[in-house]
Amino acid sequence: MKKFITGNEAAAISAKLARVKVISAYPITPQTAIVEKLSEFVANGELDAEYMKVESEHSALSACVGAAATGVRTFTATSSQGLILMSEIMFVASGLRLPIVMTNANRSLSAPLSIWCDQQDSVTVRDSGWIQLYCENNQEIIDSTIQAFRIAEETLLPVMVCFDGYILSHTAEPVDVPKQDEVDKFLPPYKYPYSLDPEHPVTIGAVGVPEYYEEFRYMLQESVLESRDKILEVGRLFGKQFGREYGLIECYRNDDAEVVFVTMGSLSGSIRDIVDEYRDQGERVGFVKVRAFRPFPAKELVEALAHAKAVAVLEKDISLGATGALFLDLSGAFTNAKRAPLLLNFICGLGGRDVTETQIREAAKTAMNAAKTGEVKEVVQWLGLRETLVGLKP
Amino acid sequence: MSSSGARKKLPPGAVILKPGSTEQTETGSWRSLKPVIDEKKCTGCGICWLYCPDMAISEGKPPKIDYKYCKGCGICANECPVKAIIMVPEEEK
Repeated sequence: MKKFITGNEAAAISAKLARVKVISAYPITPQTAIVEKLSEFVANGELDAEYMKVESEHSALSACVGAAATGVRTFTATSSQGLILMSEIMFVASGLRLPIVMTNANRSLSAPLSIWCDQQDSVTVRDSGWIQLYCENNQEIIDSTIQAFRIAEETLLPVMVCFDGYILSHTAEPVDVPKQDEVDKFLPPYKYPYSLDPEHPVTIGAVGVPEYYEEFRYMLQESVLESRDKILEVGRLFGKQFGREYGLIECYRNDDAEVVFVTMGSLSGSIRDIVDEYRDQGERVGFVKVRAFRPFPAKELVEALAHAKAVAVLEKDISLGATGALFLDLSGAFTNAKRAPLLLNFICGLGGRDVTETQIREAAKTAMNAAKTGEVKEVVQWLGLRETLVGLKP
Repeated sequence: MSSSGARKKLPPGAVILKPGSTEQTETGSWRSLKPVIDEKKCTGCGICWLYCPDMAISEGKPPKIDYKYCKGCGICANECPVKAIIMVPEEEK
């Protein structure tokens, strides 16, 4: 059934459809509406779950860790500072192999204080052992969140579903909301193999002495890498049942493209329009969307981009002192590759700055020029950066 | 979740499935100060037994200290109301 809903509503509805048993969260803009909606579902009896109120995001994720260890389906949502406050426990959740699902409505980090969108928050916790899926629109939020529970539970890894704050979280669009019985078929009741049970005592969270620690980290790395197959399998099964298939990356008019855009999240929509515009002019421009940032789809990206002359990575984050994080990983993916395109990085949309079509065209022109000359003048450029600030009084 | 070789035996998430594994760690080797009870001063009140965080002291007059697990934290000596427990450096034992 089509419903006209915001990204936040989509996230809340999908957690309800997944019949989560424990929700623990702390309000933070722009995510707050998700957990408000869920607390409403619990309060009016539409959802049979425990809603745990806590005093911080650190406690919220800690409560989720405890709940997940008892073997129930667990959900939380956050943004920005909240995610960074959770970061200590994020490593615990993945290390303990607890399949928690979290929504992150992407928001920039302080300072300066900003409540607006960029992807610095989730990109910063990329090393935490959580699977990260990025959504382009509200339909993807509902679909990816439902898939996230199955991916998490079948890999014993926590999953983050990320989407751009405000751009999706507060914008309503028509979304096909799956029926409860269909979701029940896709997500059968969940059983955690090592749940806390007084009848069968286990130790969760033991010390990893030097003789064992490295093996456990290796096993975790192995599992996060292998989760790529599970993401593909679940994406296919979802497609079979609901008619919308998902993968690790998505290619758009890319087959013969000489210049290819790469990005994550809602910016994809604008980029598709610009690609169409160039295609109408006969220019061979394409686009590759990264849906799974962790595990990083290195093999798929190399395959999808090896034929290109120049690749323009547009991203709403910066690994300070290096380049954009997506660009770093993509460059790494081409290490030792037989054939690699020229790689250009465009930092854009930080702290809610609009990424305009003019800026995307500017990036395209720079990349097309590099493709023509075979030279990259500046590897990292910031789109829309103002050199002279006019009209702002100090 | 597959893993090869010896790692196959390790449970994901470092979960310990068999209870009682703490006994395998003989924490007495961590000790630098050793509690010694003066039997004459001891009244058998049981306060040291109550306070020992490692349950390394058994009740009685005088109580018995299990040096296999006593870490030498000194809480017993600190709490003893008649100062019947003194902490002696390990190398002087």
